[in-house]
Amino acid sequence: MNRISLFAGLLIFSVVVGLTVTAHAGKSITLMTHDSFNIGKEVIAIFERENEVKVRFLKSGDAGAALVQAILSKENPLADVFFGVDNTFLSRAVNADIFLPYSSPLLNEIPAALKLDNQNRLLPVDYGDVCLNYDKEWFKRNNLTPPRDLADLIKPEYKGLTVVENPATSSPGMAFLLTTIGRFGEEGYLDFWKKLRDNKVAVASGWEDAYYGHFTSASKGDRPIVVSYASSPPAVVYYSEKPLSESPTAALVADNTAFRQIEFVGILKGTKQLQLAQKLVDFMLSKKFQEDIPLQMFVFPANKTAQLPEVFIKHAVTAEKPVIVSPSTIEANRDSWIEAWTNTVLR
Amino acid sequence: MNRPKPLFRWLLFSLPLIFLIVFYFYPLVKIVLLSFLPEGTWDPARLGKLINTPIYGRILWFTCWQAALSTIITLILALPGAYVFARYRFFGKNLLQALMTVPFVLPTVVTAAAFRALLGSNGLLNNWLMTVFDLSHPPIRLDQTVAFFLLAHVFYNYTLVLRIVGGFWAGLNPDLMRAARMLGASPWQTFRRITLPLLMPAIGSSALLVFIFCFTSFGVVLILGGPGYATLEVEIYRQSIQLFNLPMAAALSLIQILVNFLLMWLHAQLSKRSRIAFYSDSATGTTEKVKTPHQKIFIGANLLFMVILLLTPLLALVVRSVTGEDGLTFAYYLALFSTDAKSIFFVEPISAVANSIGFALAAMTIAVILGLLASTFLASARERGSSSSSSFWDAIIMLPLATSAVTLGFGYIITLNKPPLNLRDSLALVPIAHALVAFPFVVRCILPSLRQIPQTLREAASLLGASPYQVWRWVDIPIISRAILVGAVFAFSISMGEFGASAFVTRSHTPTMPVAIFRFLGQPGDLNYGQAMAMSSILMLVTCSGFWLLGRLKDPTKTPGPFIKS
Repeated sequence: MNRISLFAGLLIFSVVVGLTVTAHAGKSITLMTHDSFNIGKEVIAIFERENEVKVRFLKSGDAGAALVQAILSKENPLADVFFGVDNTFLSRAVNADIFLPYSSPLLNEIPAALKLDNQNRLLPVDYGDVCLNYDKEWFKRNNLTPPRDLADLIKPEYKGLTVVENPATSSPGMAFLLTTIGRFGEEGYLDFWKKLRDNKVAVASGWEDAYYGHFTSASKGDRPIVVSYASSPPAVVYYSEKPLSESPTAALVADNTAFRQIEFVGILKGTKQLQLAQKLVDFMLSKKFQEDIPLQMFVFPANKTAQLPEVFIKHAVTAEKPVIVSPSTIEANRDSWIEAWTNTVLR
Repeated sequence: MNRPKPLFRWLLFSLPLIFLIVFYFYPLVKIVLLSFLPEGTWDPARLGKLINTPIYGRILWFTCWQAALSTIITLILALPGAYVFARYRFFGKNLLQALMTVPFVLPTVVTAAAFRALLGSNGLLNNWLMTVFDLSHPPIRLDQTVAFFLLAHVFYNYTLVLRIVGGFWAGLNPDLMRAARMLGASPWQTFRRITLPLLMPAIGSSALLVFIFCFTSFGVVLILGGPGYATLEVEIYRQSIQLFNLPMAAALSLIQILVNFLLMWLHAQLSKRSRIAFYSDSATGTTEKVKTPHQKIFIGANLLFMVILLLTPLLALVVRSVTGEDGLTFAYYLALFSTDAKSIFFVEPISAVANSIGFALAAMTIAVILGLLASTFLASARERGSSSSSSFWDAIIMLPLATSAVTLGFGYIITLNKPPLNLRDSLALVPIAHALVAFPFVVRCILPSLRQIPQTLREAASLLGASPYQVWRWVDIPIISRAILVGAVFAFSISMGEFGASAFVTRSHTPTMPVAIFRFLGQPGDLNYGQAMAMSSILMLVTCSGFWLLGRLKDPTKTPGPFIKS
């Protein structure tokens, strides 16, 4: 009978868990976002206190998966506000018609170059440059000059040194494919990739695998060059086991070698608390929230007036001239570019 | 008569059936319809490539052969191990069995890290070989090859065969084999003609699970095999998320379901034919001590193999979690409890552990109850001769395992959104989604044992005055208790490792251990990597203790056997 009482106990336990969970009350606003979203507890508490509301977060997979879920649920939205559409998915979001325009007063404090939707359905929150990172130590040890341009990667002395992410399954991978399209043009990028393939480039499925599985500086990998972010070096310093005065990795942000990923926030059509949603968007663009972004998500705040933390000032760089590919061009060609890339590099 | 009446049978099955309809068929049908008919019209244009290009045919072919090959290798390697666990007693058996199941819960990225730490080009083995033989290049180059992910498939699935077949094997009466030997059969003949046929239901069950598991493999093939290989599951993800081609994703999902349904139906048909009602009083196990040197070598070799294949990668992770730049450090474990506390999503490791265990217990309970009901229904249907319909239902029950997580996850988004089923962002959805994947496992574990119970035994019991409940409680349950335990262990571990459909239903304020691991791996810095390894080690420790405790619940030496002795 022991077994039966055990199961009975477990059943009661699970029912209790179920009930406590369903019984939540009070005013709340829901922010739907991707798994990498992060922000400080105290920052959110400010908003919650000022508006007497509880902010709930709904994390729904990676950036692409979260957006598809928001589109699928447009008849009966899961949330009031959505954060995490980036410029590679911007057209898809706009075409799906799931966001309400909102001209926040704080848009004045955001550089025009970041504002990609003229109707302000999607408002820029942060940006980060996807670019090459390299292991400084490794290049010193092997007496090799670190790469200064994408074209360096296909030189014979760089054979077998690079790992990139698959654009079909990874967003930095897609951003890097766009970089090569911006740098070599639609007629030249496949030729570059063919040479890169001959030069033994490694392709990983996602950023985690590329960085922690192949990059020499992060674990016992065998590739000293990886596609990552310009803000990765400060993260390495910040999350170091031992205090570091200098980052062991560096980011390459020379002209036309980086792609700027901009992340946007928007108010979902069908929200029942429009004013509160607008307040939340304002708050996300305000200085308090913006200044917390760098150390929580390791990207740059969109608001010009936000102060950067010291570790960013010391160790982070941004691209002066990132490549530019418009969101509509990306959405129109994503399928064929990825397919052409797959055929050139993998098959 | 103690045979369940038809009405009663269906009453038993109604609960699993309702569960499947609400949490599987309804979301699935709705998402497929929405994908094919976005505005109520059929637009085949986006499906053109399915037949126009050979790519999808190639993906399907690759998915099938890698799953078949993984299954065969796993069976060959794990059957001797199952024999050792079924027939012998040795020191640390329960603990070793618990450890063997740990790979099942490890996130793919972590497994990949473990294998690379051992076999990668800068891994332990290569470094050692390079020093010893003075080589300039690492001799073992496994990364991004077929061999690497096949190895990982064996790593993940070894325990499935070990436990399902081993548990069943232990229930076979050894007198039968002894009789065969006495009548002059060689050990091989005995195995081939007596043991193997008797084992077939369990072997079939476990092989089917391994096959489906490898068929729907996502991360393992993606990361260890490299991007040159893609299974259907990967393509479904790519089509729906990256390309937003929902019709294509739905079509591929249906192909995946169809292929697996045919296979499961075939399995159900075959397992019906191989059925041999066979009662043994040894459900509580007849194990012997290791005696002859022959046995010692055989058992030693098997255990050594298990340790090398399964335990060294796990050990490599633990070592990595306590190794800093200057050797031994506990900085990562300390960091788990302190840093990042400012983030709104920071969760004490202890609550991640509590969340994981809470969800896993709830999912296990649901899965075992549903699994028991469904197996009883399926087993009794066969006795009544309505067996062709039972094959159909058997295959239906297995479907959730073979269904793309992305497709089903999207189905949940568009269906469970109105009262009374407003579960989209409810916590209850987590154990429900886990149970949906776990419950077919439980059925596969219980059904072979349940079918072995001869009807005469039950009839004898009722003739002696036992009520149907008493028959069930004192005849069926003791015989299948070991199988229930195995099913419960897997249900628990499926939830702990949260793969499959569950990936889309995690909740940010109640992160489980795998979610916490991914959070660390999302950013650069050795503190993040170290904490991910530390969290993985805690995950292993917690699951291993869970299995060990579950194993103790049913210690064969302490439980009295069933009341009939032959």
